[in-house]
Amino acid sequence: MYTKEVMDHFMNPRNVGEMPDADGIGVEGNPVCGDVMKLFIKVKDDRIVDAKFQTFGCGAAIAVSSMITEMVKGKTLDEALEISKEKVAEALGGLPPQKMHCSNLGADALRKAIEDYKSKKRQN
Amino acid sequence: MECYFDHVATNPLREEVLEAMMPFLREEFGNPLSVYPLGIKAREAIENARAQVAGLINSKPSEIVFTSSGAEANNFALRGIALARQYEGKHVIVTRMEHHSILNPARFLEKLGFTVTYVNPDKYGFIDPDSIKKAITDETILISVIHASPEVGTIEPVKEIAQIAKERNITFHTDGVATVGNIPVDVKDLGVDLMSMAAHQFYGPKGAGALYIREGQRIIPLIFGGIQEGGRRAGTENVPAIVGMGKAAEITKEELHRKMEHVKKLRDRLVDGVMKIDNVHFTGHPENRLPGHASFCVEFIEGEGMLLMLSAKGIYAASGSACTSKALKASPVLLSMGIPSHVAHGSIVFSFGLENTMEQIEYTLEEFPQIIKRLRELSPYAKGWEGLEEGGTCIQKK
Ligand code: FES
Repeated sequence: MYTKEVMDHFMNPRNVGEMPDADGIGVEGNPVCGDVMKLFIKVKDDRIVDAKFQTFGCGAAIAVSSMITEMVKGKTLDEALEISKEKVAEALGGLPPQKMHCSNLGADALRKAIEDYKSKKRQN
Repeated sequence: MECYFDHVATNPLREEVLEAMMPFLREEFGNPLSVYPLGIKAREAIENARAQVAGLINSKPSEIVFTSSGAEANNFALRGIALARQYEGKHVIVTRMEHHSILNPARFLEKLGFTVTYVNPDKYGFIDPDSIKKAITDETILISVIHASPEVGTIEPVKEIAQIAKERNITFHTDGVATVGNIPVDVKDLGVDLMSMAAHQFYGPKGAGALYIREGQRIIPLIFGGIQEGGRRAGTENVPAIVGMGKAAEITKEELHRKMEHVKKLRDRLVDGVMKIDNVHFTGHPENRLPGHASFCVEFIEGEGMLLMLSAKGIYAASGSACTSKALKASPVLLSMGIPSHVAHGSIVFSFGLENTMEQIEYTLEEFPQIIKRLRELSPYAKGWEGLEEGGTCIQKK
């Protein structure tokens, strides 16, 4: 039911784990099935230089998390904000219809991580 | 190594069963209602199969009605009895342990104006006969309780509940799909009025099921038409599938005790090994359960991920997690047992059959802990459920 890309990102997820010195953290829970994704970003000159994730969820959710951390690396914050759930799903060669909501998780966690970075920056 | 550990989903077709079926897929194609030899042969084959199935559950052959599946048998029982007895009362009792093919017809009955009580199990998935007794009203005409749960393996006290129903002139049905062919089932001893079963649960073909209907029990058909199955189930009979079900029942009867011993040994070894892993909970009743059934909730990770990683290693199992279900909801059975939804997320079920071996179990015990470890490394909750509420709006804390 999953594409080759999804299986690859699920079986060999990239950028896994915590980032103790993260500049922004986004946590998003999935109201549909109850899954949770935590995304960490490291930012330098408004550019995402590193990203990591932790996900409690299905195969698609893990693949989405892995893919999104790959996609954001090297992007400016504005560019990163353009990453929609459709784009993540597309990069994975598509998701089964009942798994489309899992890609929400990634896009929303990313948005929250960027917001978190911005609000921390404003405070400093 | 390939390990098929999903026998509650289905079983492979046995070679001897296929052989028995083959003539009826080829030259013996007659309609059992026809008067010439082709028809007579088909009719005799069906009656032979009926006796074989009756032999497995200790009923009379005339008390067996063939259906297309266990689900059809469940639908037939619930709707057929409710409609037959609606003028005596309009209250039906089922449990939260039931299969969809009981729960959905029950909901349909509600739309027709029946009242349905859904009885909760305890934390082991066990239905206390007293809780059934308490649910009974003057209007109750039908009680349906699953014989054993394919999700958590717990065997229900069907005999006691049948007795309670009988004393009050209430019809009692049990869904025996998970038990017939897996443990000894004797309808006379259990005292049930109706029981559903499915052939592919005991190495028979898919597309063959049956409903045991105690002699004298009135029921309204689900499918109206011709006089097949004594007018209780119309439609030209699926002769090859019925023949296969009969053959499978005959073989199962002979080897049941050997099979039970075999799968229990495998199950006990697996449970032993898996329970050594941290933060794993056994689900269902510890002793009073299907012999070839092991079910767990692995904390901090999700079931579909486990299934995919196990499958990559050739190990095939099942899960009741939200992400694995089409409806994206955690198994209502697990929730009704009081398991919080975030723990039910880590549901995993292994069910064994005759062809499984101890080597497969040892192999699984090598691979499974590593899979759990890998998935926990990916999980934000690897160290515990702290902070669960910050993200998961829908997950309630333990
Ligand atoms: S995260 Fe639950 S279905 Fe994908």
